[in-house]
Amino acid sequence: MGMNIIEKIMAKHAGKDSVVPGEIVECAVDAVMLHDVGTPGIQRPFNALGTDKIADGVDCIIIPDHFVPANTVAAAENLKITREFAERMSIENYYEIGRGGICHQVMMEKGHVKPGQIIVAPDSHATTYGAAGAFGTGLGVTDVAIALGTGKLWFVVPETVRVNLTGKLPEWVSAKDISIYLLGKFKDGELLYRSLELGGNIIHEMSMDSRECLADMALEMGVKACLVECDEITDAYLKKALKGEPYELVTPDQDASYEAVYDVDVSDMVPMISMPHTPSNAATVKEAEGKKVNQAFLGSCTNGRMEDLKIAADMLRGKTISPKVRLIVTPASNEIYNKAMEKGYLKIFMDAGATITNATCGACVGGHLGLIAAGEVCISSSNRNFRGRMGSKDGEIYLASPAAVIASAITGEITDPRGVS
Amino acid sequence: MNISGKVWKYGDNIDTDVIYPGKYLVHFDPEEVAKHVMEGMGDGFAEKVQKGDLIVAGQNFGTGSAREQAAMALRYAGLAAILADSFSRTFFRNAINNALPVVAVKGISKWVEEGEELEVELTKGIIRKVNTGEELKFIPHPQLIMDIVNAGGAINYYKEKNK
Repeated sequence: MGMNIIEKIMAKHAGKDSVVPGEIVECAVDAVMLHDVGTPGIQRPFNALGTDKIADGVDCIIIPDHFVPANTVAAAENLKITREFAERMSIENYYEIGRGGICHQVMMEKGHVKPGQIIVAPDSHATTYGAAGAFGTGLGVTDVAIALGTGKLWFVVPETVRVNLTGKLPEWVSAKDISIYLLGKFKDGELLYRSLELGGNIIHEMSMDSRECLADMALEMGVKACLVECDEITDAYLKKALKGEPYELVTPDQDASYEAVYDVDVSDMVPMISMPHTPSNAATVKEAEGKKVNQAFLGSCTNGRMEDLKIAADMLRGKTISPKVRLIVTPASNEIYNKAMEKGYLKIFMDAGATITNATCGACVGGHLGLIAAGEVCISSSNRNFRGRMGSKDGEIYLASPAAVIASAITGEITDPRGVS
Repeated sequence: MNISGKVWKYGDNIDTDVIYPGKYLVHFDPEEVAKHVMEGMGDGFAEKVQKGDLIVAGQNFGTGSAREQAAMALRYAGLAAILADSFSRTFFRNAINNALPVVAVKGISKWVEEGEELEVELTKGIIRKVNTGEELKFIPHPQLIMDIVNAGGAINYYKEKNK
């Protein structure tokens, strides 16, 4: 019997020929990503383990991103703990503020993700690494400290659900719309604890930016991991990001087994939106049209990439946003910020009336740089619309694609991007 | 390992941001973390909860972020166990790692009313209503998970194991 992508990765890391769903295995961990919440968080469990060094064979990457630059003294203290830990452990890949950005984007663009690896982080959206064929998963600080100190972790081999995205993607429909559609389709927990394996012609026609959006957003379906089938686009991206380091693409066996296989034809898909207060509360943007918005947010590890900023710039060129709306643009990394500047996107945003922030989790995690007040409505390109996520628990958050966020910023109310050209 | 306590009820998809809002992510001190338990609900849970109480919830309890403070807050606020129709996987691991027993049993949210008293036999896989003696069965956790809970959490477990 053949294996699917995650089974191959787990078997290899457990030193076994094969694994089956439900089996508990102890896997070697290749890399641990830490940020300015996770690094302070692991201190207690890491010290309690009785070790003072990172296990051999574990690559540790530290990327402060949640509360940067520090917005409170408590955040400054945590950033100090993070910096000092990086120094004490002689971490080569420490990305100081201004040199990195949002952790998952930095992991991808700086070549810290290889296909077939197991990478854990104290951050749920580590599933993003599946866009490059790695088993990335978020864990609490205790598990992460154990991975860092021992180089190993126990996992249950998950059931895998395969989704083939087929057909032809309509204009103004993006990876984010597909994500929200799938969230609605699997809203009863069908993907909880599962590995989601994505393939089909639509995947192979997609940019890495879009694949990262899908793998990132898949976490909201409750998955343990999301593995995107690798191809020549993955290959081209890896050649550049890994700067010649060797790697091997992981593909599923022809006779791999799945708990379920779905073919989803996207040809008739329309722009989608997550209504308050949970991402799986999916609807079409049309159904939400007319709702007045106070804030529009373009950013996050889901949709703060070059492709997203390009869509926004193309829509905003020569236009201004509604005087009733604050548009906050947060590029996902410093590299993206720079590229957007070179391409003139930032000037377009400024002229349109937007506020541009540094690369940070900021508004998405309700930390700083764009919280909302009671009674306010935010349309956001981020990944969660939980009650209170972006500020007041009496505010409302709608999740949508960058195109729908910008269309709504222009009109001042939730707007289907197909109507704004 | 047996647990008994009074039930607080919550619905489906109770997320990490409601259990422990993002603005408090800078804190890791157990006492400070416990103060903000369920703050996003706005129902004054932190003041009402008593040591040894239980939470019974619907589907996908703990969905969202990997923040361990969500599990820590519940544990240090004194909850003896969380019983739900299903759990988010990261929350489940975080709870076990903090020695907070979690039991997934489909249908429990419809079976129990708020304020009822339950007895839970973790190793036998039985939940019993104290008043009526009615029982609901579940599949007990694998040995590894029970070992972690019985050791008082993952760090103690690994410290023992690596001795």
